[in-house]
Amino acid sequence: MKKTLFDKIWDAHVVESIPDGPDILYIDQHLIHEVTSPQAFNELKEREIPVFRPNKIVATADHNTPTENQHLPVKDLLSRKQLKELSQNCEENNITLYGLGHPYNGIVHVMAPELGITQPGKTMVCGDSHTSTHGAFGAIAFGIGTSQVTQVFASQCLLVEKPKRLRVNVNGDLRKGVTPKDVILYVISKLGTNSGTGYFCEYAGDVFENMSMEGRMTVCNMSIEMGARGGLIAPDQTTYDYVEGREFAPKGEEFDKLKAYWETLKTDEGAEFDQEYSFDAEDIEPMITYGTNPGMGIKITGSIPVEGGKSDAKALSYMGFKPGESLIDKPINYIFIGSCTNSRIEDFRMAASYIKGKKKAENVNALIVPGSRQVAAQIQQEGLDKVFEEAGFKLRQPGCSACLAMNDDKIPEGEYCVSTSNRNFEGRQGQGSRTILASPLTAAATAVAGKITDFTKSLN
Amino acid sequence: MEKFTTLQDTAVPLEVENIDTDQIIPARFLKATDKAGFGENLFKDWRFDKDGKPVEDFSLNQDQYSGQILIAGNNFGCGSSREHAAWALKAYGFKVVVSSYFADIFKGNALNNGLLPVQVSPEFLEELFLAIRKDNKESFKIDLENQKIEILSSGKSENFAIDAYKKTCLINGFDDIDFLVSKLDAIKKFEEKQTQMREAAIQE
Repeated sequence: MKKTLFDKIWDAHVVESIPDGPDILYIDQHLIHEVTSPQAFNELKEREIPVFRPNKIVATADHNTPTENQHLPVKDLLSRKQLKELSQNCEENNITLYGLGHPYNGIVHVMAPELGITQPGKTMVCGDSHTSTHGAFGAIAFGIGTSQVTQVFASQCLLVEKPKRLRVNVNGDLRKGVTPKDVILYVISKLGTNSGTGYFCEYAGDVFENMSMEGRMTVCNMSIEMGARGGLIAPDQTTYDYVEGREFAPKGEEFDKLKAYWETLKTDEGAEFDQEYSFDAEDIEPMITYGTNPGMGIKITGSIPVEGGKSDAKALSYMGFKPGESLIDKPINYIFIGSCTNSRIEDFRMAASYIKGKKKAENVNALIVPGSRQVAAQIQQEGLDKVFEEAGFKLRQPGCSACLAMNDDKIPEGEYCVSTSNRNFEGRQGQGSRTILASPLTAAATAVAGKITDFTKSLN
Repeated sequence: MEKFTTLQDTAVPLEVENIDTDQIIPARFLKATDKAGFGENLFKDWRFDKDGKPVEDFSLNQDQYSGQILIAGNNFGCGSSREHAAWALKAYGFKVVVSSYFADIFKGNALNNGLLPVQVSPEFLEELFLAIRKDNKESFKIDLENQKIEILSSGKSENFAIDAYKKTCLINGFDDIDFLVSKLDAIKKFEEKQTQMREAAIQE
């Protein structure tokens, strides 16, 4: 039978199928962090159930951590307690933890790929909806709730219904200034925030084939923003080159053996999808959002749609925008470059290449937050930190930061923030904050201009 | 887990689409390490203004609406995987959420906490809102065994879908953890075969 990439990986992980019910799906890699794990550990303790496979779990601290003075005790008492519980729980259960200050610490979806933990063909879960990021490697990766975290602790398995298959094809040449973030914002703007619900999405076409791993991660990261359980891209030479040589990647003969398996992970010609969409790369321009869900996106030079429902009116009133309005020249006082969507080395190279030789606008407060300690180190090695500093930006220490504003990195009420993160929900970046999602390039250009600008005109 | 069989009660309408889990429970309340106390922060920034005063035109604050059923607009529970959203709804007192669409992770989280997500057609959702608009004390009956939701005064009803396994869990108050732990032998056998399966895939 002809199979999709998704089917091949899923079917290879089914321990048992329950008649008229879900599959027992084996999980190769479980990632955990401080926010969605404590209640799961408590539940196990109460029921006196041991962690079944501690060596298949890796923990990091990222969601509530400060991005300044990480060497000092965490000031916020509740955050400190949550981090302490994570350390204790990991220690008691023999789980590897890359805590605050560890050279491998970082946002869970940045650190696992860069350590070679993320590999093609794996099933991966984490109590975080952006776990879909790891699908960039041709893995089945998806976010789970805390009850499911408990299930994986107890059995290294999950009871899950097999999602349907969706394929999104984008072919052609991307225009100048159009980044992977723009591609996925464009796709979501076309399909809406729940078009993917119940599906696992494969991204196919030469646009994705030509993307770097960083770009593919940005795309797969936002699969959940169209409702999809996860997204994935078939592994290829770009994938193998990225994985090879990383700390926890297989080495030598073992690598070659696994690579031979990874090469089988492609959708068979003629395999069927339950739903399929195709887009033309040339139609994509730098994108920004104008509303309060990631599907409310327009081309940066476009205008806010005039026709909308009651919920759209609520969103526009929250954002302080009017139907038909263009966002060009809108003054912006905050920008955020970071989050599991856009905080990898390539994102900072992209931002630095635009910023180089320019100055930050005086009205702009910028939060520039690397995704991991390793990314931060590479930024220094490549001298990008100097570029940012000379332009008037200060780099923060790694963490989820202003993507969800659990720490002190908040956007004040009523202020707009052009943000490279993944969600523009009401209050997501702080109570009353107004988020405009965009690429690192758009955020950098906004920071220099102090307003939203059609920067593509100035690109060589 | 708490059992669920049938529920007959009035409902609170929330006619907003794409309600995300950041609205249900904002991230700043996720620092707890237990499951208690999330109810008071449910829809915090919609229920209260920045000075902590209740927002008058928000349905959860309006005396005319009450009950353990929340009826919400399309695509309820999108966004973050935080199970805290299900805990908050449950702790506030809801036992059923009705919508024309649920985000996958939220739906799973709800089911794992004995909070029943009832997915109805967009037309029937409109009927439900209409019934409350006509009489805010309208009662609704949710019958899990027969997978049916009914507007009591008119008798109009619709059947809803639910995974047979999950239905059994809810009716009996079982959860997945005990079931999975009972399967550990099969899981260990699977682990032993995994390498062979990969090799077989290369041969094909």
